[in-house]
Amino acid sequence: MAADSQAGGRRQGAASWWYDPKIRAIAFQVAFVLALIGLGVYLVHNTLINLEKRNIKTGFDFLFNPAGFEIPLTLIPYSVEAGSTHGAVFIVGLLNTLLISAMGIVLATILGFILGVLRLSNNWLVSRLVGVYIEAVRNVPLLLQFLFWHFAVFQSLPLVRRAIPIFDTVYIHNRGLTIPKPIPQPGFMLVVASVFIAVATIIYLKKWARRRQDATGEQFPVFWVSLGVLIGVPLLVSAAAGFPLTWEYAELGRFRFTGGLEIQIELFSTLAALTVYTSSFVAEIVRAGILAVSKGQQEASYSLGVRPAPTLRLVIIPQALRVIVPPLVSQYLNLTKNSSLGIAIGYPDLFNVFGGISLNQSGQAIEIVAMCMVVYLTFSLLISLYMNWYNRRISLVER
Amino acid sequence: MSDIANHPGGSFYRTENIPQSPPPVSTVGVLGWMRQNLFSSPFNTALTLLTLYLLYLVVPPLFQWAFIDSLLEGESNKDCRGIAGACWVLVPKRFGQYIYGFYPEPERWRVNLTFILFCLNLLPVLSDRVPGRTFAALFLVFGFPVVAFVLLHGAFGLEVVPTHKWGGLTLTLVFASVAILFSLPIGILLALGRRSEMPVIRTICIAFIELWRAVPLITVLFMASFVLPLFTPEGVNANELLRALIGFIMFASAYMAEVVRGGLQALPKGQTEAAQALGLNYWKSMQLIILPQALKIVIPGIVNTFIALFKDTALVSIIGLFDLLLVARSAVTDPKWLGLEHESYIFAAVIYFVFCFSMSRYSLWLERKLDTGHRT
Repeated sequence: MAADSQAGGRRQGAASWWYDPKIRAIAFQVAFVLALIGLGVYLVHNTLINLEKRNIKTGFDFLFNPAGFEIPLTLIPYSVEAGSTHGAVFIVGLLNTLLISAMGIVLATILGFILGVLRLSNNWLVSRLVGVYIEAVRNVPLLLQFLFWHFAVFQSLPLVRRAIPIFDTVYIHNRGLTIPKPIPQPGFMLVVASVFIAVATIIYLKKWARRRQDATGEQFPVFWVSLGVLIGVPLLVSAAAGFPLTWEYAELGRFRFTGGLEIQIELFSTLAALTVYTSSFVAEIVRAGILAVSKGQQEASYSLGVRPAPTLRLVIIPQALRVIVPPLVSQYLNLTKNSSLGIAIGYPDLFNVFGGISLNQSGQAIEIVAMCMVVYLTFSLLISLYMNWYNRRISLVER
Repeated sequence: MSDIANHPGGSFYRTENIPQSPPPVSTVGVLGWMRQNLFSSPFNTALTLLTLYLLYLVVPPLFQWAFIDSLLEGESNKDCRGIAGACWVLVPKRFGQYIYGFYPEPERWRVNLTFILFCLNLLPVLSDRVPGRTFAALFLVFGFPVVAFVLLHGAFGLEVVPTHKWGGLTLTLVFASVAILFSLPIGILLALGRRSEMPVIRTICIAFIELWRAVPLITVLFMASFVLPLFTPEGVNANELLRALIGFIMFASAYMAEVVRGGLQALPKGQTEAAQALGLNYWKSMQLIILPQALKIVIPGIVNTFIALFKDTALVSIIGLFDLLLVARSAVTDPKWLGLEHESYIFAAVIYFVFCFSMSRYSLWLERKLDTGHRT
């Protein structure tokens, strides 16, 4: 035994230094990191030489330089005359990205849920038709759909002077949609505040109704009362303040409209492309989610005497959502990332105005591309934080 | 009792079965099918009628527009005046550009030859009815790229066609194939790195994968075309196609890594432990035990990623590579073809659709074939 272990020990001792997996792992990792650092130093060295040769100063000073170009859609005050900077361009672009993503997410979700349910319909014709739609939309590049919606659909609407009027207040034409411009009068802020108060009331009401139902078993018609509060309170407040909102109607001149508010056609093209494309993915997710809830759940609910509508609301949908929400949220992230394709048709999103025009003007390629990447990276991190929170929350509900 | 039953002619119940009568007419055949699938309830009937009406509104005019009132032969958009339907005139006139871009006309046989060889090489890989899968797969990865490069770019006496002359569907296919060819091995390495027990390697791989997956492809391509030239030493000017490819491969391999990781996670730990117990080292156990099983599980996922990547190649048109989409787009900016956006985009969309749809059908077929039922 002793001799054995001695011999074994010697052999092990001779070999172990090099064949010890721990040491090997450390050596390998150190070598990898050194190689990575070497590559990084080499790239930075090259970059510095190249930047010097091209007379580009690194740094973020350019954000405070005036940007000399107009942006057609701005949610915050922005104008070339006032000397708005590249920093302002960044904010404007970011807000436009958020705007189009929010609208796209809402519309794609609604359309996707409808399509997903129709795809499951026991009506052969409807189910097949939706299937054809989904296949057709999914198998064509999104960029091509952007171009198709913009150049082939929306730009073949009538010219401005032949705009299609709807009740003589809203006009549709190939440059966009002209609507009456709302002009808030003094006291309008009261109405806005009343909306917030109404929402807060509803949230409280819902909690109170829940507590009361838990305690006494009595139900309270939360939905109808909420609807009444949401419409009634602002209406009463604005009536009391003398309806502090007037509209400036658009007048059609010879070639263009005067007054009114023009919403750019690019917004609609981008929205249409994003909504249609994403809805086809949402539809498949919804279908998979509903199919994932076993039929026994529905039967069990019926056998307990729960009627079909509450069964759907209280038994099927909560369980289907558990399957639906994670891939759905990652589709939302995809939609936000895909909104950067607006650059192809001129929708002024972050990547178009900042990564496109500001980059060309200032030449700060590294800083600008890095800033854009950081923005999208932040979106992605926020989404994954939310996903982790959601997964934790629903796993508590589980048995 | 038995007395009565046995009595000839006097029984009041039958001693043999009634011959089977046909089911009611309304439950079989076309009629039964329609009743069950289209008119099962008043609501369904209404839905069917509404859908039929919508189809009636849309399909015949579309058919009329595309095939009956349309024009196929012509010289320019002037010929389209008075044509109520589609004016396909630019498609046959520009067909060469849609397929080959600016590839010189006398050399286009080389593209065709490459494509045919590619299909022949792919056949044994895709189908198990054609023998020689292993050899074909190896040749596809190691031999064919060389052949394709020699044929497309030119060497050994073939006239050199610089990459900026490549275009159209050719460029789209070359771009997608090269990206797929490189992204799969890199993706596998990244996935292995992400599952590695070495903390530094794991962190670096996670950071790499998450970074590329978080940003839109278009920012990656912009980086490749604006920032990458700053990284290379003086005098080295990477080809524009190559730069876009590098960015695209990085992006694609991050997605591929996540798909492969799914397969690695689906394998029970016992497989790794069994490989270790047999005395196989890390790479041997991966190569012989883990990867063959993991990759088999995720083949459909890999094909789906291929489809997504193939569609995403359309984005290179934004940084000015002359792919199929840019051909379709620039064709209608020519004054000769102004106003033919519908036709040009629809033609390009049909080409993309044919490729993506056949890939997705293949993936479904594969999924059914591989679903042998002994998954863990």
